[in-house]
Amino acid sequence: MPSWIAGVAKGAASIVVTLLGLLAITFFMGRMLPIDPVISIVGEQADKATYDMVYHRLGLDKTLLTQFLLYMRDMLSGEFGEALFTGNKVSVDLARVFPATIELASFAIAIGIGVGVPLGILAAVYRGTALDHIARFVGLLGYSSPTFWLGLMGLIVFYAALGLVAGPGRIDVAYIDMFEPQTGLLLLDAAMQGEWEVFGNVFRHIVLPGSILGYASMAYISRMTRSFMLEQLGQEYIIAARVKGMSRWRVVRRHALRNILVQLVTVIALAYAFLLEGAVLTETVFAWPGFGRYLTSGLLAGDMNAVLACVLIIGLIFVGLNLLADLLYRLLDPRTR
Amino acid sequence: MTAAPVPGTMRAWLLAPAPASRMQARFGRWFRAWLGFRRNPLAMSGLIIVLALVLVAIFAPLIADPDAAIHQVLEDRLQESSWAHWFGTDELGRDIYARVVFGSRITLTIVALVSMIVVPVGLGIGLPAGYFGGWIDTVLMRITDIFLAFPRLVLALAFAAALGPGIENAVIAISLTAWPPYARLARAETLTRRQAEFIQAAELQGASHFRIIATQIVPLCLPSVIIRLTLDMAGIILTAAGLGFLGLGAQPPSPEWGAMVSSGRQVLLDQWWVATIPGIAIFVTSLGFNLLGDGLRDVGDARG
Repeated sequence: MPSWIAGVAKGAASIVVTLLGLLAITFFMGRMLPIDPVISIVGEQADKATYDMVYHRLGLDKTLLTQFLLYMRDMLSGEFGEALFTGNKVSVDLARVFPATIELASFAIAIGIGVGVPLGILAAVYRGTALDHIARFVGLLGYSSPTFWLGLMGLIVFYAALGLVAGPGRIDVAYIDMFEPQTGLLLLDAAMQGEWEVFGNVFRHIVLPGSILGYASMAYISRMTRSFMLEQLGQEYIIAARVKGMSRWRVVRRHALRNILVQLVTVIALAYAFLLEGAVLTETVFAWPGFGRYLTSGLLAGDMNAVLACVLIIGLIFVGLNLLADLLYRLLDPRTR
Repeated sequence: MTAAPVPGTMRAWLLAPAPASRMQARFGRWFRAWLGFRRNPLAMSGLIIVLALVLVAIFAPLIADPDAAIHQVLEDRLQESSWAHWFGTDELGRDIYARVVFGSRITLTIVALVSMIVVPVGLGIGLPAGYFGGWIDTVLMRITDIFLAFPRLVLALAFAAALGPGIENAVIAISLTAWPPYARLARAETLTRRQAEFIQAAELQGASHFRIIATQIVPLCLPSVIIRLTLDMAGIILTAAGLGFLGLGAQPPSPEWGAMVSSGRQVLLDQWWVATIPGIAIFVTSLGFNLLGDGLRDVGDARG
């Protein structure tokens, strides 16, 4: 048996264990609630019969293990139970809100890659110069600022004072009926239907939250790019290429950059996962109707069922992106075969 | 290099090329690390910020009026910056300067409590995993990986929501999500030393596993754990502020910075200072810890 099959089998086993662990954590978080779930459904005034009926319907009279198995069945079926604060199945709600988050996160990752990678390369090539220090400091500022506060400051400066961008939300009400939503990604929908006025409005809405979210991932991507690049630039083959008379930038482009691409893909996949986390606070600040705001609305409504389903899904996405990064690494890097 | 130290001074004793005692060697090593650290202006500014924060927290009642931080004066609400209220007042007429000053105590308390929980738990899981290996390692590291699979803020949010709002619960929620990297780190440090000759020597002398871990391995893990902790502090502060912002951290009227930013949202465009000032406090504090941690890491790298 080739070693990579064994590797995949081992990886699959560890994923199954991780998934079980994720389910167990969210299950027990739901059980340690100080609130009685039955009362939160039927209300304080319900009589004993109603209480017992709901108690039975929720499966609370069964053993903990049976409850966990039932919970697993609900979660693995992909419906994730019912969100009490909207009255829908969580899966239905999520299908509605997810495109908004995907659009925001993709906008942000574009900024993160577009600025972060060149900045990291420059910082590595000009190591120790003013440019390197500035890049490092800009990154540190990104690491150190609370994203929710940065969002509020952005609104004060660019929306209220300068009027350069649109305010909270995804799109102005006036534009909503001007086009047919298809993919749920408004920028894409508007562009496909040639509605450039709508596109402009949507862009003015996304540019601020997208940039603020992108700043954090830029800080991460540029720091990682710099350290990967420095590692390559210290290798002997780089010195050999330079000694042969190749120009500095040609060496960077032709040799060093190619060798760090694989590691970069991994970092970008992880950065995307962290964006989903950052979106929770950013969406709350910008009233962005996506996954993050759904989570915080559920939280404020005290709907733990919806919250835990969201947490589980974020965990699943995290595991999935990690797995994807790992697979890409194996696929792209001949040394791992 | 600096000029040779004058003989007989403290500096000469610290920099002695042949220390006469173990204590002298240890202090000398710390002093050399400090000399390296001192040359890094960013790291020094981080240290100054963190020290200033600690001093502000300790002497808070001397530099601000504790009553003004909680006492509501409704006729003074939403005032701009003035001599009476340096940073203005909030929507309930409380002095924002006093609230920011007293908020430093909450932030430092959270950071300190989380550190006191996270390091022992991380070591308690990582050290046995690395030392004993085998199935103990597999089980402990699987548990660690499961917790690492969740993004930290989201998991902390869920724990805080499940436990109910409040500082203690926020501390528990953050700690539950912050320990896994320490377990990983402790395990890695232990693995590199497990086969070392001084460990074998201790084993041959009949020292128990517990004794070897506590007296030989823990001291070697601590420097990297402390550096990691300093770098993590900023993240802990930001998570705590995020929880406060969502209403899951310290409850009103306590002057928690994240909750203060949140209360400023209602008046964001008209009275910008209410949300801006506590945010600056969060930002400067986490920047200070980041700078300090970066500096410590550089010193640590140079030595290792």
